[in-house]
Parts: sequence; C-alpha cells; structure tokens
Amino acid sequence: MTTPGIGEYRSDYNPSWCPGCGDYGVLKSIEMAFHELALLPEQVVVVSGIGCNGRFPHGFTTYGFHTLHGRVLPIAQGISMAKPRLSIVGISGDGDAFAIGGGHLPHAARRNPDLACIVLDNGIYAQTKGQPSPTTSLGVKTKASPTGNQEDPIDISQLALAYHVSFLARGFPGKPNHLAHLIAEGIKHRGFALIHVLNPCPTFHDTWKEYSAKISEIGPEYDATDLEAARKLLEEKDKIPIGVIVKQDRPTQEERAEIAPDSSSDIKSIFASFR
Amino acid sequence: MDLTVRLAGESGDGVILAGEILTYALSRMGLKIFTFRTYPSSIRGGQCMYQIRASDWHAYSQGDTLDLLVAFDTEAASSNLKDLKPDGGVIFDQDRIPRDDPTLPKRALGAPFTSIAKNELSFPKARNIIIAAYAAGTIGISETIMKEVITGKLGSRGEAVLNKNISATELGFKLVPKEEIRTLPTGETNKIVLSGNQAIVLGAIAAGCRFYGGYPITPASDILELLSDLLPGVGGRVFQGEDEITSIGAAIGASYAGTKAMTATSGPGFSLMTEMIGMASMAEIPVVIVDAQRGGPSTGLPTKTEQSDLNQAMFGGHGDVPRIVLAPGSVEDCFYQTIRAFNLAERYQLPVILLTDQSLAQCTEGVPLPDIDNLQIVNREKANLVDEGKFRRYAVTDNGVSPISTPGEIRGEYVAESAEHDERGRVNFTTNAHSQMTAKRFRKLETAERELADDPLNFTEVDDREAKLAVMGWGSTQAAIHEAVLKSKEKRIRVKWLQCKLLSPLPRKKINTFLEGVDHVVVPELNYTSQFANLLRMNFAIEPILITKTEGMPFTPGEIIRKIEELA
Repeated sequence: MTTPGIGEYRSDYNPSWCPGCGDYGVLKSIEMAFHELALLPEQVVVVSGIGCNGRFPHGFTTYGFHTLHGRVLPIAQGISMAKPRLSIVGISGDGDAFAIGGGHLPHAARRNPDLACIVLDNGIYAQTKGQPSPTTSLGVKTKASPTGNQEDPIDISQLALAYHVSFLARGFPGKPNHLAHLIAEGIKHRGFALIHVLNPCPTFHDTWKEYSAKISEIGPEYDATDLEAARKLLEEKDKIPIGVIVKQDRPTQEERAEIAPDSSSDIKSIFASFR
Repeated sequence: MDLTVRLAGESGDGVILAGEILTYALSRMGLKIFTFRTYPSSIRGGQCMYQIRASDWHAYSQGDTLDLLVAFDTEAASSNLKDLKPDGGVIFDQDRIPRDDPTLPKRALGAPFTSIAKNELSFPKARNIIIAAYAAGTIGISETIMKEVITGKLGSRGEAVLNKNISATELGFKLVPKEEIRTLPTGETNKIVLSGNQAIVLGAIAAGCRFYGGYPITPASDILELLSDLLPGVGGRVFQGEDEITSIGAAIGASYAGTKAMTATSGPGFSLMTEMIGMASMAEIPVVIVDAQRGGPSTGLPTKTEQSDLNQAMFGGHGDVPRIVLAPGSVEDCFYQTIRAFNLAERYQLPVILLTDQSLAQCTEGVPLPDIDNLQIVNREKANLVDEGKFRRYAVTDNGVSPISTPGEIRGEYVAESAEHDERGRVNFTTNAHSQMTAKRFRKLETAERELADDPLNFTEVDDREAKLAVMGWGSTQAAIHEAVLKSKEKRIRVKWLQCKLLSPLPRKKINTFLEGVDHVVVPELNYTSQFANLLRMNFAIEPILITKTEGMPFTPGEIIRKIEELA
C-alpha cells in the first residue's frame, strides 16, 4: 500500500471561514500531520462540535462526525472504545469544549482514551457573531458585553494541566509547520492528547498581532514529563510558550479495559446461570 | 393453587434477598411466579416490601390480597395487615411483636427469630434466611430446593457464610410447628427467573449488543451493573459516562463505528438524552435507549412506578424526529422486545426507545429458557463501496433506508452529519434538501409500519368478536389487565383486550380492526394526563374511558375489574 500524498487528505469541500481566520492554518496543519504520520484516510475519524470548528470533518477525505454543541468527547470516546485502532481527532472550540462541553474534559483526562482533541481557542463565540466565551478576557467589549466582559477568563492549558491530561501541547496557526508537528505528536501519543490552539478571529476578536508578538517556541532543554516544569512554564506572563507542554506515559482507556480478568463466557451458560 | 405472599420489613434487614430466594424456589417447584417490590430511596432505613404471586394456573400480576404476610417488624405488620385475606396468615418475629398483639389475625405463626439467629446460630445477619426457611416450610417448599437456591445465590460469598446460611435454613424449617407443614406438588421446570431489567440485559446480549453506555439512576442501574459483569465476557465494553449525555453519546459513537450499542436510564436521564436522540435520528445511527420510567416530573418518585414518559418518548425533542418506540408488557416480553429493538434500530438506522417502568424493571417472573440458536438477528444494510469519493451515505431510496459504511472501510468515508445535509452528507440548508431529507427519514417509519403490520410482537390480546366493551393498554399494565379480563370473562362478561407494544409507528391497521363495532374503550394507565389515551384520540376517532392512577404503584386486577363490571 502506498503512502497517501499530501493532497489526498483534503476533500473538494472548501469551508467558508472569514478571510484571515486561523482555521485555514489549522486545516492545513492537520492535513500535514496526517501526511507526516502516513495515515490511511479510511482509518481516520475527524469529530467536530458546533461553532466555526463544525465544518472541519468535511474538509477531509477521511471519516468524520459533525456532532452536537459540546459533545465531541462523548462521541469520540464511543468511537475509540468500539474501534481502538482508528486514529481519532476531535476538533472543538473554547465555547464548545469549555462552556457547554466543559464537564467532559476532566473525565476524558482520567480515562485517557487514545484520541487527540484540538481546541481552537479564539476567545469568542464567533459563529454566533461575537459573544463572550469562557476564554474572553475581562473587559473585552462584545455585542453581548457592551460595557466590557465582566467575567474572568479561564486558561485552557492551565485547566488541562490541572485535569492531568497525559498530553498537552499549545500551538499557533501562524506557525503551521510547528502546529502540524504538535498535532502529529498528539495523534501519535498513546492516550488523551489535548492540543490548545491560540486561534485568532480577525472578525470578532483579532489576536494575530498580540499572539505573533508574544509566542515563543519551547526549547529542546524543556522536559515535558516534568509537571513542575509545566506549571512554571504556564505561569509565564510576558511570553506565550508554544510546543509540547506535558507528555506522560499512562495506561490508555483500552489498556485499562484489557486488565480486566479474562471472563470469556458463552451466551448459553450466562442464560443458565439464572435458573 | 394461587398464592400471594408479601415480605415486609426495614430496608437493610434482607427482606429482598429472602423474597428472591423464595421466588427462585417456587419457580424451581414448577410454579408460575410474578413478583413486585418496593424499596425506600435511602440506602438503609425505611420500609420495603417484596411480593410474590405463585400459581399453577397463571400469575400475570402481583395479585390483589395476601394469603401470607411475612412481617419482619412491628411497622411491617401494622402497615400491611390491611391487605391480608380474611383467612390469611402472618409470620412474625416474636422478638419484635408480642404474641398476644390484638391486631394479629387468627393464623399468626412465628418464633423469636432475632434471638435464635443471635444465640443458636451466632450469626444475627442470617435472621432473614431463618424467616425465609420458616415461610418456605409453611408454604410447602422443600428444604432441598431451598438449600439449592441458597447455595446458588450465596455460594460466591465464601464457604463460611454459605454454611451459616445453610444452618439457618435447617433451623428455619425445624421451627415450623408440625401442623403447619405443607407440601406443594413438585413439577420441576426449565424456567429461568428474571427481572425485567435482567431480561433486557440478556436480550441485548443475544441481539449482539457489544457496547453499553450508562449512568447510575434508579430504577435502571441494575442494567449497568449486570452488563458490567457480563458484557466483557462476550467481547463487549461497558462505559459509565459522567452524565447521561455522555453515556448515550458514547453509545452513538460506538454504533457509528459499527458496534451495536445501548444505553438505559430513567425519566430525568432520558430528558438529558433528548438532544442526542434527535442527533441519532438526523445522522441515521442505530441506537437503543431503555427508559425504565419512575414517578413524576423533576426528581419525582425515584423508587416508584409510573407510565408518564410516553409523551417524551414519542414526541420529545426539537424538530421532526422519527424514532421507534416499544413497550414490553412482561418480563419475557422485555427479552424479545429488546432483541426486536436492536433489529429495528439496525434495519431502519434510527433510535429505538424501549419503555419499561419500575414495576416491570424490578419484578421477577419465570421465563421459559429462550432458544437462542434460533433467534432472528438483523444487521444494518452495508453499502456496496465501489467508486472512490462517490459514496452517498444518505442516498434517497424508496424505503428511506440508505446502506451504511463503517470507519475502517475503504471508499466508505463520509461525515455523519447532525446538521441538515445532502445525500453525500454535506451540510445543506436549502429548502429542497430539508424537505427531501425529512421525508426520506420519515419514509423509514412508513416502511416500518408496513413491514411490521403483522408482527406478532406488536400486541398481546384477548379477542372476542361479539364484545362491545374493549380494554386497551400499553406496557407494564399488561399483567393486571390480562388477569382482570380473564376474570371478567369467567363471569361471562363480553370484553376484549389489546395491549400495544409498538407505539411508534402505531400499527393502525390492526387497531382499527380491533375497534370495529366497539362501544366503549377503557384505557387504564399509570399517569395523570392519560398519555396513551391521547395518542389513541389523535389517531382514531374514539373517546376512551380513562382509568388513571398516580400512586407510584401498579394497578391491581381488582381496580380494572371494577370498571369493566361497571360498564358491562
């Protein structure tokens, strides 16, 4: 079987995001990651939620599931448990994954299913045309916060670290090659990988300039297995470090299930036990 | 022979276990059995009861009045004596109730069970087994069978515990006064004893279910627990989600990936699942949802029974959502309707809702051992994947069913789409796409109504072509209605009965035939708003006579007989 060429992962569907949207870069980076890993399109499932992330599955020639608002992880975990050999990539947003779907993340982290989830964090509800999200900064004026957002934002990477995800990376679509590599690393990782993408929304929350000025790639001396180092890294104020922040080897959901004692039984003896 | 026994006492005293042991033993003696239980929602404390009906004729329901009350304490006696037949007997613990208590009936038997368990057995916990064995002796169950059942039930708790309980059994039998010892005729049977929930679990396994997503909720938790024990052994997976949304979401994900999947819940959880059910219908993914109904809206009555989720099962959710709704009427029916639920989910690629309720989920009956080699199992229609990039997952077909592919299959790649879409699954919000695809999805229900029109699993009935009086019911009321109708017929009342198991799509042809020439249709149901009667009003030109009940308890046959006699 020949390795699919880079163009073979993209479908003829062209998403209609705003000009300058970070999603275009992320789409390209995912395509590059699939190519880097030489995945077969029929072995990949891209699962999206609701928001600007929703159309991602249609951009690929792989399998896909466009689910409900906030429910990427429930569906993705079901797919993963039924067919553990598939490569499953979830695509969610800051509202999708941390507001309506925020209850799912700690549980996915503790089960450690073998799937990657990319969270496109643009700090705004963009598809509904600009309301404050869980990651919108204090004081930001939006249509639904005309005098400035009154709530403190959450930091997705900090929260993921607290939830003890076994893989955490942060990337930026302005660095598509770097992001592609992070996504590839996340897909390759055995366990639950969260990839936090700092994703500018030029229409409702334009952070291109701010992020471009502040991001800095994590150097080779950094040890992603050291949680204390990860904590320090995420507390940096002047810079926004991007790269693999946490990488820990822990049994996956599948491996934990296999630990269960072999109790193979035939259906007839199960029935007879009710006599 | 027709015997109704009720065991009552404080939760935590082993009343339920004692009742289960007597049930298994009576079934092994060849009797038809039917049980009903209640329990308080607190973990320990509060009264609970376990009622057994055993008969060599029929035992369709839990019975009306008691032949025997086994009262574990004073409160159990005082609150249950009113249900005793005039010649009924009581077994009581003389350490708890004085022998000369004036409220006790003439036939009051007992021993100081508490002190016997403590002093003679040095094992106070086995008091319930001594009482069960004592009751068994007075009913006429053989000591050998009691010991067999106890070994089966308690064998896994270790030899020491089992031996104490065997001694407790012997002690219990010895305590029965000679003149009170009975002997039931034995005709050992090959039946298995199941609760409704257990029958659903076995049905799911037999149907090929290999993924279960669940979240604990009364009265459906037994399904989660039993599948956790059994499913891994047949190569399946059980997943406890962080809520009901996750549980059904994972089931839908697993089904999308090609594994037959189920979730089970009760009313509150079902409410949370509603959006996901709409998605399964829209994205055309087979999934089975069990709703073991409990009482009331909101938190309601978690441990009591009611049939008030019919509207939600039939119509819940935003938008037009084709779904199939089944309602088994007995424990045996739970087994076969569960298999049917999977078959229909696979055949029509949509959510299938199986409605039971607390009384059916947790009552036990003797069920003939199913012939599992000859069950009809249906699998989803696979697409013929020939051309690269051309697969039309949602192809518009005459019967509405579009052949499906599974992740991993080459040339079958598609996006399961929760938004409106075209035949290839691409998002499409045009008026044409929405009207065409809505009609296609509903065409599956029309096909189902046609294909299922003569399915014997649609109804249980007692026919009488001359009858002008009819009874129609659904779900767990089958037991009480069946008995009420048979008893009315013994009194030469012309009455017929139809219990509906397929509620969506409603088998209208057969119901229309049934209603021909009928003057009165009595519809007993366990809710306030007569949800099933409303469904009949919507579909047929009838004005049903209602019997509704919102006491958290099932109908007794007597309640229905009274209405039949009034109208006859």
